[in-house]
Amino acid sequence: MTRQQVSPRRVLIYVALILLAALYLLPVYMVLITAFKDPAQINLSTVWALPQPVDFQGFIEAINAFMPNLRNSALLVIPATLLSAIMGSMNGYVLSKWKFRGANVIFPLMLFGMFIPYQSILIPLFQFLRSIGLFGGIPGLILVHVVYGLPITTLIFRNYYAEVPTEMVEAAAIDGAGFFGIYRHIMFPISLPGFVVVIIWQFTQIWNEFLFAVTLTSTDAHPITVKLSELAGGEAVQWNLPMAGALLAALPTLAVYIFLGRYFIRGLLAGSVKG
Amino acid sequence: MGVMTQSPTLFARLRRLNRDRVAAFLMLLPSVILLAIFVYGFIGQTFYSSLTDWSGLAENPVVNFVGFENYNQLFTDLLNVRFRQDLVNTFFFTLFFLVGCLGMGLLLAVLLDQNVKGESIFRTIFLFPMALSFIVTGTIWRWLFNPRGGINVLPTVIGLEPLQIPWITDRTQIWQFNWQDLPKIIAIVIVVTLVWLAYRYWRQARRRAMLYTGGAAVLILLWVLLGGADAVQTTPIPETHGFNVAFVGIIIAATWQLSGYTMAMYLAGLRGIPHELREAARVDGASELQVYRYIILPLLRPITLSAVIVLGHISLKIFDLIFAMAGADNATTDVPGILMYLTAFRGNQFAKGAAIAIVMLVMVAVVIVPYLYTTLRSEHEL
Repeated sequence: MTRQQVSPRRVLIYVALILLAALYLLPVYMVLITAFKDPAQINLSTVWALPQPVDFQGFIEAINAFMPNLRNSALLVIPATLLSAIMGSMNGYVLSKWKFRGANVIFPLMLFGMFIPYQSILIPLFQFLRSIGLFGGIPGLILVHVVYGLPITTLIFRNYYAEVPTEMVEAAAIDGAGFFGIYRHIMFPISLPGFVVVIIWQFTQIWNEFLFAVTLTSTDAHPITVKLSELAGGEAVQWNLPMAGALLAALPTLAVYIFLGRYFIRGLLAGSVKG
Repeated sequence: MGVMTQSPTLFARLRRLNRDRVAAFLMLLPSVILLAIFVYGFIGQTFYSSLTDWSGLAENPVVNFVGFENYNQLFTDLLNVRFRQDLVNTFFFTLFFLVGCLGMGLLLAVLLDQNVKGESIFRTIFLFPMALSFIVTGTIWRWLFNPRGGINVLPTVIGLEPLQIPWITDRTQIWQFNWQDLPKIIAIVIVVTLVWLAYRYWRQARRRAMLYTGGAAVLILLWVLLGGADAVQTTPIPETHGFNVAFVGIIIAATWQLSGYTMAMYLAGLRGIPHELREAARVDGASELQVYRYIILPLLRPITLSAVIVLGHISLKIFDLIFAMAGADNATTDVPGILMYLTAFRGNQFAKGAAIAIVMLVMVAVVIVPYLYTTLRSEHEL
């Protein structure tokens, strides 16, 4: 390749990229400066100015206000993510290495479940949860997220296990390993990257979810997203509070994205079915 | 001797295999049953509810079967004008959201594909909104589009006058049309598409395909000219719908959040195009623009299709973002997802809510089912 020299074209590319990056980061700047401002200071002329001095009062207030909901979100996300990942791994194993007649029909039917607008199952779901006594609380929401997470976790693991050479499975079978033996000694040990992708994906999806959370939980079980929408939706809001809340709600998924971005993108692209 | 020892083990192994097959099936079964109930069973129940007059919170409500009356009301009854405007809103939102995401995504991907330093930092910046909740995005942009602050006062930072754009609070509606003209409009769009297809078949010398598409176009055109489209029963009186300008802010926020997704997809696609191909075109004297126009863009077409389907089905069921940005009660920015929530869960009109949900499901299925079918079929052929 030729040595890159400073041409007007390259300068233009960098200028465009830097401008666009600034544009994409503008909301982040706004969140940070508003969250750390004294509410008395938030007025028309200084919306874009840096907080002077930096005021932690609003942020501490937000932490106190959001703490129960952050706890609810954590109690919801951890079991729901792990359960749907484990079930997805088993399903992916069966659908990639133990194909039975009809598997090619069942798999797309399972997949369709991840595309439906959840409004189309919400009324029966609401009635069902009420009839088994799980309406309003976190356990019911865990059940819902595990079930509707199955299509995507199954898809990611199925595509992941499809890369494992069938010879390896056959060799293990000849050595006397059965269905569970092959999973335990061959598939599961090499599943770590698959589990990372699936866990990150489910964690992000469930943490960020709103429709199920707002319709199926009562006030004391509200996850962070519902609380945030309530706080920001009220009349005459002090904007430092919702901004601090938005920051709190965003931090866990942002941290995952920044530290494990590579796996996050893999999950993202898997969503377009072909993996 | 060999036969004597081998056949029992082979037999045992086969039995073993059968047992494993059963185990595999049994391990999948719970998921299959759960999805059968929670997806298909519940959709069935929603559909059934949509054919009744179920409303109110009674424990054992008296529910009568009314056939497709709820759907009929949604599409023709004067009281349900909001639902029809919701469909129009969804159409325009989807259109501009797709254009925004595809355009921005392609621009970002092409820029990042120019061998730039710090590519991964830029990529991280453009993609990070994807990790956020629609509720977080909505809350932030609600503040940014505050008519008396945020974006509007940004010009004052460099000494200019503040903008006076009302954003979400805008009540203007442009590109208005009469709902009663909708059958005619749709028919004409179909005719234009068919004519265009026929022209392409003609260029490809596919006579029969050209005759079929051209013939269909002529028939539909005749039907319109003879007043067939005007005879389709819609609303009893003229009804104006159009593009609510309040959506512009929501489209910007949604594009900000999801253009990173198209960027990632296009970037993956660009990386998959062999370098020799571009080099060869350049050697043949193609300008950089021509390389993109004639070599790269056509190769990215399958990615565009995937992105249109994934993003399109997201925008057809959009709910959280608008809920957080404009609130559920802001009629100008209403969409079917929000109307369903209000109708069923605030108004307790479960039958009508169910009917709205089924319309949403049909819209999504029209996009997703052919996509799933073709992608999975091509996978089996490999």
